[in-house]
Amino acid sequence: MATATRPADERLRSAGVLRKLLNRPELGAVAGAILVFAFFAVVAGDDGFLTSTGTISYLEVSAQLGIIVIPVAMLMIAGEFDLSVGSMIGAAGILIALPTAEFGWPMWSALLLAFAVALLVGFINGYLVVTTGLPSFIVTLAMLFALRGATIGFTRLITGRTQVSGVQSEGFLAGIFGGEVAGIPVSILWWVLLGALGTWILLRTTFGNWIFGTGGDPVAARNVGVPVRRVKILLFMATSASATLLAAITVLDAGSADVLRGTLREFQAIIATVIGGVLLTGGYGSVIGPMFGALIFGMVSQGIFFTGVNTDWFQVFLGVMLLIAVLVNNYIRKKASEAR
Amino acid sequence: MTDSATTPLIEAQGISKYFGQVIALQDISMRVSAGEVMCLLGDNGAGKSTLIKILSGVHQHDDGRLLMEGEEVKFTSPREALDRGIATVFQDLATIPLMSISRNFFLGREPTKGGGPFKRFDAATADRVTREEMHRIGIDVRDPSQPVGTLSGGERQSVAIARAVYFGAKVLILDEPTSALGVKEAAVVLRYIAQAKERNLGVIFITHNVHHAYPIGDRFTILNRGQSYGTFEKSEVTREEVVTMMAGGEEMDKLTAELEEFERSDRETERRGPNGGSHLADAFREDAEEIQHGEGREKA
Ligand SMILES: Nc1ncnc2c1ncn2[C@@H]1O[C@H](COP(=O)(O)OP(=O)(O)OP(=O)(O)O)[C@@H](O)[C@H]1O
Ligand SMILES: [Mg+2]
Repeated sequence: MATATRPADERLRSAGVLRKLLNRPELGAVAGAILVFAFFAVVAGDDGFLTSTGTISYLEVSAQLGIIVIPVAMLMIAGEFDLSVGSMIGAAGILIALPTAEFGWPMWSALLLAFAVALLVGFINGYLVVTTGLPSFIVTLAMLFALRGATIGFTRLITGRTQVSGVQSEGFLAGIFGGEVAGIPVSILWWVLLGALGTWILLRTTFGNWIFGTGGDPVAARNVGVPVRRVKILLFMATSASATLLAAITVLDAGSADVLRGTLREFQAIIATVIGGVLLTGGYGSVIGPMFGALIFGMVSQGIFFTGVNTDWFQVFLGVMLLIAVLVNNYIRKKASEAR
Repeated sequence: MTDSATTPLIEAQGISKYFGQVIALQDISMRVSAGEVMCLLGDNGAGKSTLIKILSGVHQHDDGRLLMEGEEVKFTSPREALDRGIATVFQDLATIPLMSISRNFFLGREPTKGGGPFKRFDAATADRVTREEMHRIGIDVRDPSQPVGTLSGGERQSVAIARAVYFGAKVLILDEPTSALGVKEAAVVLRYIAQAKERNLGVIFITHNVHHAYPIGDRFTILNRGQSYGTFEKSEVTREEVVTMMAGGEEMDKLTAELEEFERSDRETERRGPNGGSHLADAFREDAEEIQHGEGREKA
């Protein structure tokens, strides 16, 4: 409509598609995903990697990491870490399973409770970080242990065990958190939906601009009027909420919860985010890149399974990938900021 | 233009600021009215930046009163000051290197389009306005999506100035805005200040360059080691006295020698001006005259 007339400035379009592409933070992860796919298509193609079952299986593994990777990436762009997401998955799972299985709460009320606690945990993380000025690495590391400990402690106190099973659910809630739509597990749909939402927020909204500013230089951002504290606190709340969403999906799928669920997820999320081209120190990155990081994670963990190689080697692969990703990202970013 | 009798736009009354043990400001009073340029002068470390950071909401004062249009205020964040129409060019510019020029320009003040859940950043408007405003300050932006970190120091300073001029509704604060600028660009900034004054804004201008301060300033407030040396109307002081006060009234002998140096170079510029081929010198001379003669008064 009114936006039909844009001032044409063709002077820079000739700068080259390649250069523009190199400037994209997600390039490395997309290239990596293609490489990994090609590798397993050749090596494990005959063992079921390319079948629709195989595809769904690695996409589901990717989604179960990817759902939390999206807000974790946005938080990292804003310059902070959240190491407590793994513990939050365990805690939220118990908060959903225990009231429904042990006390007969309706599912919706247990979900409400879990999300309320998650938002509170996220708020506490964020509030402590912005008021104490301590690195979020430390604050959320403390939360990692405190939350996991509390989850184990309370569950054992109430049930005498560390697992809660017998969670029943049907109807609407079971449909949006569990089950399948046209043969596709809902976790995959949540992942793609949240990825689209995250990308839109980051690139198309005022809040997205504030996220980049907050991570790029918090003092400068505050000086030009960005509510830096609010941005950080909201993102900490988003990471906790995503952990709870993942917990809801797994509990409704498995019908049970385990206090140890989500262990090491925080590190896997950070690995996927860094592979996805997000700058560890904040201010640069995307949501798409980390989504491809999660995809690589899913493809490799399932691909190794299909090839029949001992899955112990998966951890080695993750460690090596992380190092390579950081080196490649550093190089690309240096090239990007030299592009005059 | 003598409406200094009306309520000042912004007024500090006996303001003090402490950083732990450090007394950065002690009992400072100053004011700026609409249509007035107030130059804040003083040595390095005198407390100029600290004072304007209080006025723009970055710091909060520990003692004294801050009045905006006669009403006592204490800004808890720069956002509040911006909402009241106070825009600032900070000495460190407050730009984000990895963000694009246009996103930097509008950071914290984003234009939006659409409504409700579809309200979004209006990138096309941001790019267009950024290009226009940068063009006005004399910088031809090739690509508004270029990261600010790839700009030169002067270009970056121009982004910060253009942004403040664009958003400053009532008060414009400039902390050494010309320090990284070439002669021509500095002249453009001085012309901006003159225009802001004409539009009835209050301007607070910090500079170490007397050639910039004296022609444009209406009043001069001098800070020295965190204390106020006093405020002087332009009619009360000569350019030489301003130079002396800028250095806190010290080392008169050395300064006198320096002054002679200034005068000599002034004369040289004049001598070279009319027949010399330098466009820059010409441009600067014209701008300086325009500024000195004020609003629209033509030379006969
Ligand atoms: N955040 C802070 N913590 C401690 N001391 C500070 C802080 N900010 C400023 N100061 C001190 O306050 C004094 C005044 O600093 P300020 O930056 O206001 O000086 P200035 O007049 O702007 O100097 P310049 O001309 O060099 O820019 C300095 O001695 C400085 O060390
Ligand atoms: Mg200063």
